[in-house]
Amino acid sequence: MSFDFAVILAKGPEILMGLGVTILIWIVGTFFAVILGFVVATARRFGGRLVDTLLTLPIEVLRGTPFLVQIFLLYFGGPYIGLRLDPITAGLLGLSVYGAAYYAEIFRAGYQSVPIGHVEAATCVGFSRGQTILFVLLPEMALLVMPPSLNMAVILLKETALLSLITVPEMTMTVSAIGSQQYAFVESLVVLAVVYWALVELANFLGRMTERKLSKLGTT
Amino acid sequence: MTDAAILVKNVSKKFGDTLVLRDINLEVPRGQVSCLIGPSGSGKSTLLRCMAFLEQATSGTITIEGEPLGFVEGPNGRRLQTAAELRQTRSKIGMVFQQFNLWPHMTALGNVSASLRRVRKLSKAEAEDRAMAQLEKVGLKERAGFYPSQLSGGQQQRVAIARALALDPTIMLFDEPTSALDPELTGEVLNVMRALADEGMTMVVVTHEIGFAASVGNKICFLDHGKLLFHDTPEKVFAAPREPRLEQFLDTYLDRGAIMLR
Repeated sequence: MSFDFAVILAKGPEILMGLGVTILIWIVGTFFAVILGFVVATARRFGGRLVDTLLTLPIEVLRGTPFLVQIFLLYFGGPYIGLRLDPITAGLLGLSVYGAAYYAEIFRAGYQSVPIGHVEAATCVGFSRGQTILFVLLPEMALLVMPPSLNMAVILLKETALLSLITVPEMTMTVSAIGSQQYAFVESLVVLAVVYWALVELANFLGRMTERKLSKLGTT
Repeated sequence: MTDAAILVKNVSKKFGDTLVLRDINLEVPRGQVSCLIGPSGSGKSTLLRCMAFLEQATSGTITIEGEPLGFVEGPNGRRLQTAAELRQTRSKIGMVFQQFNLWPHMTALGNVSASLRRVRKLSKAEAEDRAMAQLEKVGLKERAGFYPSQLSGGQQQRVAIARALALDPTIMLFDEPTSALDPELTGEVLNVMRALADEGMTMVVVTHEIGFAASVGNKICFLDHGKLLFHDTPEKVFAAPREPRLEQFLDTYLDRGAIMLR
């Protein structure tokens, strides 16, 4: 038995299409996850005890259940409550909400990590509450959450592979389909692994560049 | 109406059930340097933080330049000042912290000019001009473009002093400004403070630098267990025979070789 990558690579255009869908869902999903996570963390931070408590449960449920179960419930369970979504919409929604739960925790930790003294210093030079949040709290938090946020983005990239199971035509689905047609299962898995890994390395590289640029702004 | 820059009247402060300030009465004279000394946990930092309303006194009043700080007395007892009223009273005060508390994402110039731009609403150019003048005053003009992480501890604290001076406060509060610095860097910060004192700035300094307190302070206030045990001129406070509790406190300095106190 020998590996024959040619049969897989001959389907280059299809694979590229799948790759495109993967990247699109990843970027758009992560974008919404960050926004939603930020809104949730901010509401918990400034919205009083009740809001904080109310938001704790959904976050814990989302972080405490497998992503696969969540997207199955959304895609196959949704119609039972009248929520009929096409695969891509369901995948995007699922990824955004799942990621948001984690980003909410990252941002919550970020808010807590800004030294209280930096806020007091802002108060003492006459900043209003809004100005303190805008000019001190948010920029400092953005720096602190950069590394865990990039890490989470990479995790979300790999989670997109699960969306193949709700028939999102992304890379994993495309390549495994080719593998089935051509009886080249192992080859298709190897190709998938290599492409995901390359994507992750690229993301990490961009992340490191950004962090290096921002390093002199580091917390003192 | 007295000539006091800050008037502390019957101030007590509780953290939970712990009484950290017990009925403090203190007058901070205008244009003078008042030093708060005492062992750790004596309440001196808490008292200073009350003067900036970073802590709310549980009871008693603090008056800044004749205006009540934090609370307004009304017919139905006291009420908290609104944010705007509080900002107005606080604008007379500049605060310097033990941990500098510079904003790490702004340059030295950014740290100093921020309040001029955001609070005074000056143009960027004008704010930076004025901020630059403050940095020059603390000897850091050529470090204006540096971020806090690129500055030494002593330089960071001098930037923090410039930042506190930017809005032209009439009173400067220092909370152990040199406690996070090694002895070599302590000197440069104390020199800046000495220059400020020479200009006639009203200063309240919480410090463990007994030498600085003795040479620059006009008034030494000794706190112990939340009580202001006594306050007087350094000549009287440090002259023998000393209060027994102060003697005991100063002995810890003598143990470390501070012979100038003998």
